[in-house]
Amino acid sequence: MLRVALKGLATRRLRALLTALAIVLGVALVAGTYVLTDSITGAFDSIFQTVYRGTDATITGRSAINSNANAGAVGGSASTPSFPQSVVARVQRLPDVANTLGGVSGSPQLVKAGKAITFGGAPNLGFSVDPSKPQFNSLKLVSGHWPGPSEVVVDTNTAAKKDLRAGDEIGVQANGPVLRMRISGLVRFGSSSSLGGATLAGFALPTAQRLFDKVGKLDDIRVAAKPGISPQRLVDQIRTVLPRATQVRTGAQEATKDASTTTGFLSFLKTFLLVFAGVALFVGSFVIANSLSITIAQRTREFATLRTLGASRRQVLRAILAESLVVGIVASVIGLLAGLALAQGLFALFNAAGLTLPNSGTVVKPRTIAVSIVVGVVVTVLASLRPALRATRVEPIAAVREGATLPEGRFSKHRNTGAATAVALGFAALVLGLFVASGTGPVLALMGAGALLVFLGVALLSARIVPVLANWLGWPATKLAGEIGRLARDNARRNPQRTASTASALMIGLALVTLVAILSAGVISNFKGAVNHLFTGDYAITAQNNFSPIPISAGQAAARTTGATAVGDVRAGQGQVFGHNEQLTAVNPAMSQVVRLNWTHGSQAVFADLGANGAFTTDSYAHRHHLGLGSPVVVTTPTGARVPLVVKGIFKPPNGGSPFGVVTMSAPTWDRLYQAPQNLYTFVKMAGGETAANQAALRRQLGGFPNAKVQTRQKFIDNQISGLTQVLNILYVLLALSIIVSLFGIVNTLVLSVFERTREIGMLRAVGTTRRQVRRMIRHESVITALIGSVIGIALGIAFGALLAARVSFIAFTIPIGSLIAFLIAAWIVGLVAAIFPARRASRLQPLQALAYE
Amino acid sequence: MGRGNVAEVEQGSVASNGDSAAVVIASAISRRYGEGDTAVTALREVSVEIERGKLTAVMGPSGSGKSTLMHILAGLDKPTEGSVLVQGTEITQLGDDQLTKLRRDHIGFVFQFFNLLPMLDARENILLPLAIAGRDPDPEWFQTVIAETGLGDRLTHRPSELSGGQQQRVAIARALLSRPTVLFADEPTGNLDSAASDEILQLLRRSVDSVRQTVVIVTHDPRAASIADRILFLSDGHIVKDLGRSNEDEIVDAMKGLGG
Repeated sequence: MLRVALKGLATRRLRALLTALAIVLGVALVAGTYVLTDSITGAFDSIFQTVYRGTDATITGRSAINSNANAGAVGGSASTPSFPQSVVARVQRLPDVANTLGGVSGSPQLVKAGKAITFGGAPNLGFSVDPSKPQFNSLKLVSGHWPGPSEVVVDTNTAAKKDLRAGDEIGVQANGPVLRMRISGLVRFGSSSSLGGATLAGFALPTAQRLFDKVGKLDDIRVAAKPGISPQRLVDQIRTVLPRATQVRTGAQEATKDASTTTGFLSFLKTFLLVFAGVALFVGSFVIANSLSITIAQRTREFATLRTLGASRRQVLRAILAESLVVGIVASVIGLLAGLALAQGLFALFNAAGLTLPNSGTVVKPRTIAVSIVVGVVVTVLASLRPALRATRVEPIAAVREGATLPEGRFSKHRNTGAATAVALGFAALVLGLFVASGTGPVLALMGAGALLVFLGVALLSARIVPVLANWLGWPATKLAGEIGRLARDNARRNPQRTASTASALMIGLALVTLVAILSAGVISNFKGAVNHLFTGDYAITAQNNFSPIPISAGQAAARTTGATAVGDVRAGQGQVFGHNEQLTAVNPAMSQVVRLNWTHGSQAVFADLGANGAFTTDSYAHRHHLGLGSPVVVTTPTGARVPLVVKGIFKPPNGGSPFGVVTMSAPTWDRLYQAPQNLYTFVKMAGGETAANQAALRRQLGGFPNAKVQTRQKFIDNQISGLTQVLNILYVLLALSIIVSLFGIVNTLVLSVFERTREIGMLRAVGTTRRQVRRMIRHESVITALIGSVIGIALGIAFGALLAARVSFIAFTIPIGSLIAFLIAAWIVGLVAAIFPARRASRLQPLQALAYE
Repeated sequence: MGRGNVAEVEQGSVASNGDSAAVVIASAISRRYGEGDTAVTALREVSVEIERGKLTAVMGPSGSGKSTLMHILAGLDKPTEGSVLVQGTEITQLGDDQLTKLRRDHIGFVFQFFNLLPMLDARENILLPLAIAGRDPDPEWFQTVIAETGLGDRLTHRPSELSGGQQQRVAIARALLSRPTVLFADEPTGNLDSAASDEILQLLRRSVDSVRQTVVIVTHDPRAASIADRILFLSDGHIVKDLGRSNEDEIVDAMKGLGG
C-alpha cells in the first residue's frame, strides 16, 4: 500500500510539487526567522566578547533608576551616569590591579561638507580609544595612525560609503557646536565587518571628554587583574574603594548584561516574524487541504478499486497520509534551504527599512532544522487529514459506477451551522481579547484564536456567497469576453466549495493587509490631527533621523534668528516616578506660543509658571495616581537626584498623542538634574509664518548644526510618520509571502480543474473555440476567484480594523480607499499571474486528445 | 455447444440446478433506492444460488437489476431485504472491516474499465491485492496464472503501455491470484473490440475448466453469455429465465422475449 502511495505520488509529481510549494514559503519564513535571530545573537555575542576580551572587571556609573534604555554596544553603557575621573587613580592603586583604562562614550554626529552622515536609523557610536593599552582595545587600525588631539578614527564601512580617507578634515558634533577634526586613520571593529551598520568614531580621551561634555568625568573603567587573580576577587577588592553611584562587574558579567539588552529586542523580532510565518503556514494549510480535496475527488475510482481489492479504510487513510508526509518532508527541506536565503533577504529588508542588524555569519542551529521540518510536516499532514478522512468514505461500489463522486463528509450537513458558530465564537474571542482580557499573553492568545476561528468559519461559509459574488465580479468578464467570459463565470460558480476554498487562502492575506492599512491610516490621521490641533508654531527642528536628540545650542541658535518670535524646546529622558520608569519631558516658557494644550486644570500660562518645582501631567496619569493641582510628584533621575515637584497643570492630549511625557518640568530644573541635556524637538514661531525667507533664515542660523533639520508643519508630520511607513512596508512584504502562497493555491486549483475538464475543453476546441479563447476563459476564472477572495478579505479586514479602532484610542477608524483599490488591483494581478501556467496547459490540449481522454 | 435448457422460473423460487454445492446463496433479496414517491425498486425478492466451479452469466436489459444483483452478491451493496450467504457467511449484516476481510478471502473483481492502477506495472497490479492483505504470493501459482493469462513478457509494462485486452488480462490475473471463492466480472468485454473480447472470454472459460474457479459474469453481450454454464435473465427486478449452456442464437432468442 505504501508503495502504491509513493508510486502514485511519483506519477503526480507536478501536482505534488504545486501542493508542496504552498508550505515551502511558510517553512522558509520559520527557518529564516531562526537563522536571522540566531545570526544576530551570534554577532552580538562576538561583539561583546570582543569588547570585554582583555577586561577582568568593568566599573560603570550606577543608574538610580532601573533604566531599560538601550545600552551602547561599545564603550560601556552610555545610559548610565558618568562619574569623576579620580576613581581611576584609586582603583589603579589596589594591590591586585595590573592595569586600568578609563573611557567615555556618546553619540557623535560626523559632518562632511556641512552635511550630517547618516545611514537610516543606524546609531553613531563614539568613544575614547587608547592604543597604549591594547588589551582593552577592540578596534584594529586598518590605515593611518591612532587619533591625537583633535583627531578621529572612523570605521572602514562608513569611510568607504562616504568616501572618507585618512588625512581628510571632518566635522564632529555631539553636545556642543561642530568641532573640526582630522581623520587620523581608519579602523575595523574586532573580526566583525559590521556593527549593525553603526558609524564608529574613536577619539583620544581628552577629545572625547570635551566632545561629549564630560570633562573630568568617565563613563567606564576597564580593569585587568594581575596574573592568578580571579575576576571575582578583583571585583570584591575594587568594591571597597568605589564611591556611591558606581558599580563594578566582572568582564563576563558585563558582556552578559550588555547582551541581555539585545535579547529583549531579538525575542520580540523572533515572535514578530514567527507570527507571519504562522500566517503563511495557515494560508498554506488551506491550499494543501484544497488541492488534496480536489485530487482525492479525482481519484475516487482509484480508492474504490483499492477497496474492492481488499484495502481497509485505515489502509486508504494511511496511504494518503503517507503521501502527505512525503510532500511535507520534501516541502520542509526545500523550505529550510529557502529559509537560509530568506534570512539574507530579511537582513536586506530590515536594512532597507533603516534597521541595520549586525551579521557576522549565518548561524544554523540543529533546533532550526528540527523546528522547520517538524512544523512543515505537521501542518501538511494536519491539512490533509480532512480530505484523507473523506477518501476513506469512498464506497467500494464507486469502482463500478461511472462518474462516481466523492461522498460528502460525515459532518457536511452541519457545515453551515458549524461555520456560523466558528465565526460567532471567533468574533466573541476577539471582542473578549480587546475589551475584557488583561495582560499581553491572554489578549494575544484570545485575538489569535479569534482570528483563526473567524477565518476558518468564513472560509466554510463563503461557499454560500460564492455564486452571488461570482455573478457580480464575473460581470465585467461577460462584458469583456462575451460567451467565453460567461463560461469562465460559470466555471467559477459550478463548484462553490472549491472556489471558496481557493479564494479563502487569498482572503486571509487580504484581510490582514487591509487591517494593516486601516490601522496605519488610523494612526497617521490621528497623528496629523494631533499635530494640527496642538502645533501653533511654524517650524519644527529635529535631528536628521527624526528621533535623535539635538544640542540645546541649536535651539538657542534658532532663537537668535531674525523674525523668530518664540522658540519652544522639548527635552526628553527617563526618570522614576511613583516607582516606575517613565518618559519625562521639560519645556521652556516660550512653549506656550508654539503648542496649545487642552488644559483640564490650569492654562497656557502654566508653561511659563513652572519655575523651579512646577510640573504638569496628563489627565490619564493624574487620574491613575489621583493627582490634582498642588499634588506632590517626586521624580528620581538616573544620577540619583530626587526632586519634589508640584502639579500646576493637567492637560488632555489628543488621540494622536502629544510631545510631552507623563510629567513635564521646566527646562532650567531639567538641566540641573540631567547630565548633558539635549532637546528632542524645538518648535519655532516666526513673524510672517511659513515663508521661504523665514525658512532660509532659520537654516542659515542652524548652519553650525548639520544634524538639525528645519521642517515645516507638513514636512514634520511626514517625517515623523516616515518611521511608521517603513514598519508598514515591512509588514506588507511579510504579508506578501502569504499572498504568494495563496497564488500557488489558485494555480493548483486551476491546473487540477483543467485536468478534470480535459474532455470539456476538448469539446470546446472541437466546436471551434480558439486556443486564445481557452486561455482567456481560464484567465477570467482565475481573476474572478482572486476577486472573490479579496472582496471577502477586505470586508473582514475592515471588520477587524473597526474592532481595533474601537478599542485603541490612538487609532482613528479610517477606511483607506486608495489602498483598498490598490489591493483589488493587486488581487486582479494575482489572478492573472496565477492563470498563466494553467491557461497554457489548457490551450495546449488537442481537441482529439481531449476527447480520447480516459 | 450446450443444449438450450429453458426453464421458466417462478417469482420468488430458488433458481438452482443443484448438481454442485452453492458458494453464494441469495434468498429473497430486494433492493429499493430512494424513499416514497421517487423510490425505485431494482430487485424484487430474487433468490439465486451460485454453484462452485461453474461460470454463471447474468443478463438483462439496462435497468433490469443485473448490476444491482451482482453488487449485492459481491457485498458491494446491501439488499433492502433478504439474505446473502458467501461460503456460509451471512454478508448483509457485516461491518466495513469484516467486508474488507471477505473481499480479501473470497471475492475477486474484474471491471469493465479494468481499474488498474496507472502508476504500477503489470506485475505490481497483479500482486496488489496480496500486498494489501499483507500476504505472500505462492510463486508456483503466480507462474501458473501468468502462463494462463499469457502476460509473461508484459509484466514490467505500465497499463498505459498495454492494449485493452492485455489490461483486462492483467485484471483477471489480479483477480485469480488470490484464488477467490467467487470471481465477479462486470461487463468484462464491454470496453473491448471483438478479438480482444474473445480472448478474454476464453481466458475466463479456461479458468473455470482448468482450476474450477467459480465465475459470475454480468453482461449484455450474448457472445459473452455463450461461454457460461448457466445464464440468468433479469427483467424488471426479477429472474425471468434460467438457461443452461446456450449458443448465441438461443441467447438472442431468449433476450427477445424480455423486451430489452
